[in-house]
Amino acid sequence: MARRKSDRMQQIERMALYPLDWLEERSGLIGGVRYFLFRKVPGDTSWWHTLGSATLTAFLVQLATGVILAMYYKPDVNSAHESVQHITNDVWAGWLVRGMHRWGASVFIILMFMHMGRVFLFGAYKYPRELNWIVGVLLLATGLFEGLTGYLLPYDQTAYWATVVAININGTAPFVGPFLASLLRGGAEIGPDTLARFYSLHMLLVPGALLGLIGLHLYLVVRLGVSSPPWSPEAAGGQPEPEPPPARSGLVQPRPRAGVRGRPE
Amino acid sequence: MDDPRGDMERHESPPSLWPVGAIGAALVAVCGFLWARDVVRGGRATTVATAPPLEEGRAPGAPPIPADKGEAAMPEPAPGERFPRNVFLENATLGLGAIIGGVVTLPVIGFAVMPAFLKQHSHEVDLGPISNFQEGQYVVATFLREPSQGEVSRRTAFIRNNGLLHGKPSFTCISNRCAHLGCPVQPGGPTFDDKSKTVKTPSGQVSLIPSLPAAGFICPCHGGTYDQEGNRIAGPPVRGLDRFEFWIRNGNLILGNTYSVAQVTGTGANAEIKRYTLTGPGQHVDGIESWLYPLQPPH
Repeated sequence: MARRKSDRMQQIERMALYPLDWLEERSGLIGGVRYFLFRKVPGDTSWWHTLGSATLTAFLVQLATGVILAMYYKPDVNSAHESVQHITNDVWAGWLVRGMHRWGASVFIILMFMHMGRVFLFGAYKYPRELNWIVGVLLLATGLFEGLTGYLLPYDQTAYWATVVAININGTAPFVGPFLASLLRGGAEIGPDTLARFYSLHMLLVPGALLGLIGLHLYLVVRLGVSSPPWSPEAAGGQPEPEPPPARSGLVQPRPRAGVRGRPE
Repeated sequence: MDDPRGDMERHESPPSLWPVGAIGAALVAVCGFLWARDVVRGGRATTVATAPPLEEGRAPGAPPIPADKGEAAMPEPAPGERFPRNVFLENATLGLGAIIGGVVTLPVIGFAVMPAFLKQHSHEVDLGPISNFQEGQYVVATFLREPSQGEVSRRTAFIRNNGLLHGKPSFTCISNRCAHLGCPVQPGGPTFDDKSKTVKTPSGQVSLIPSLPAAGFICPCHGGTYDQEGNRIAGPPVRGLDRFEFWIRNGNLILGNTYSVAQVTGTGANAEIKRYTLTGPGQHVDGIESWLYPLQPPH
C-alpha cells in the first residue's frame, strides 16, 4: 500500500506538473505522446520487433550528426575535400561526429534491410498492413538515394568515381536513363553544380522526404497496431500463455496475484 | 583590365512593366463597368435595406416569434443539394489555389531541372603546336575543358599523330572516358614522364606525356579493354571509346566536341569511323540495343 504523500510533497508535485498540465490543456500533446508510447501491443512481441525503432534511432543519429557536419562542410568543388579533412583532423571531436555519420549511414541501411526481413518473415506485411509495406519500400529507396548522394560529398577520388559510375548506371536505364543522368549531374558533365546539387538533395530534399514517409509509416504502425509473431498462439485464437510471476529480487515477497487463492497475505 | 567603376559591358535593360499596367487597366475597366452598371440600376443597397416583410398571420407590433417556434426563413435544403453560389465558391477556391500553386511551383521546378539540359556546350581546347606530337607516338594530353570551372573540368585525351593523309595532317584523338560506366581508361603500357611537356596555350596549361599503349587502353574500374584504335576487345564496355573532333588552326591542334563510336575499321590515318552523336557510357549506339536509347539529352 502506497504511503500517503505529505502535503508539501503533493504541492511540489503539482508545481512540477503544472507546465505539463498547461501544455496538455492547450494542445493535447502530452496525451498524444502517452497514447503513442503506451499503446497496447501483443503480449508476445519479441526483440525482433525492435528493429524498426532501431532503424528510426539510426536515422535520428544521422539527422543530428548531419546537421552539425553541415556547419563545417563547404559544398564547393575547390574546398569540399579540404573542409572534410578539416572536420576530421582539426575540429574538436570532428573525427567522432563524422565517423558516426559515416558508419551510421551503413548501420541505417543495414537496419532497414533487417527490419524489412523481419516484416517479411513474420508475414507482417499482410492485410491490413500492405500499405505500410509499400511506404517501407519507398523509405528503403529514399534511404539508398540518401546514401548515394552523401557518398559524393567527401569529394575524394573514391567519391568522385563512384558517383560517375552510379550516375552512368542510371544513364543506362532504357529511354529515360540518359535524361535521369543529366538531371542528376545537373548537366552533360560532372561539374561544380553536381556537388552542390547532391549536397542539397542529401541534406534537404531527401531527408525531408524521409521524414514525411517515416511519419506516414509510424502513423500506420500506430493505427494498425503491431502484429504478433507467426508462432503466436494468441494470434491463432488460443489462450494467452499464463504470465510468469514477476521476478523479484531476494528479500521482497511476491505480491499475491489476482485469482490465486490460499496464499498467506 | 579591371575598371573600378564596374565592367564596361552593356547590360540588358530591366524588364518592362507595361504588362502590369495593362493588366491593371483591364481590371480597372472591368470593375468600373460593373460599378457603373450598379449605379445606373439605382444601386442594390436600397433593396437590401428594405424592411423584411412581416410574417403571415402576425399583427404589426406583436412580440417577435422566437426562432424555434417560427417557420424556417428558408426551407431546409434537401440532403445533397448544392447552391450555385456554394459550388462556385468551392470551385473558385480550388481553381485559384491551383493557379497560385502553379505560378509558384512551376518556375521553381524549371529552375531545378532546365539548367541540366540547356546551354550544354563544350569549349574547344587548344593543345598547342602540332610539332609537339611526334608521328606514330601516343601522347596523354591533360587539359581543362572549362577553365572557369577549374580542376573539376580536367579531362584527358589520347592523341596520336598519324602523319599526312592526302596532304593533310591526321590525328587520332580518343577520349579516356570508358564506354562501360565512364571511369578513366589508362594506357596499357609505359608512360614516359621524363619526356612530359607542359604547353601553355590559349586554353591554359596542357600537359603532354608520351606513352606507349602497347596493350591498348585498360579501364581500372571493371577491366574494360580497348585496342589502340579504341575498339573494345574485352570486358564489359558496349562500344569503342569516344573520340574528339579536331582541327588545326595556325599550326595548333584544337579539340572540339566528343562523339561516340561503335567500332573503327582500319588503323591510324586510314581508320574508317562511323560517327554517332555523343551517348552516355554503357549505352549502345548501334544494333538492336540502341533502340532502348532513342533520345539523348543535349551534351
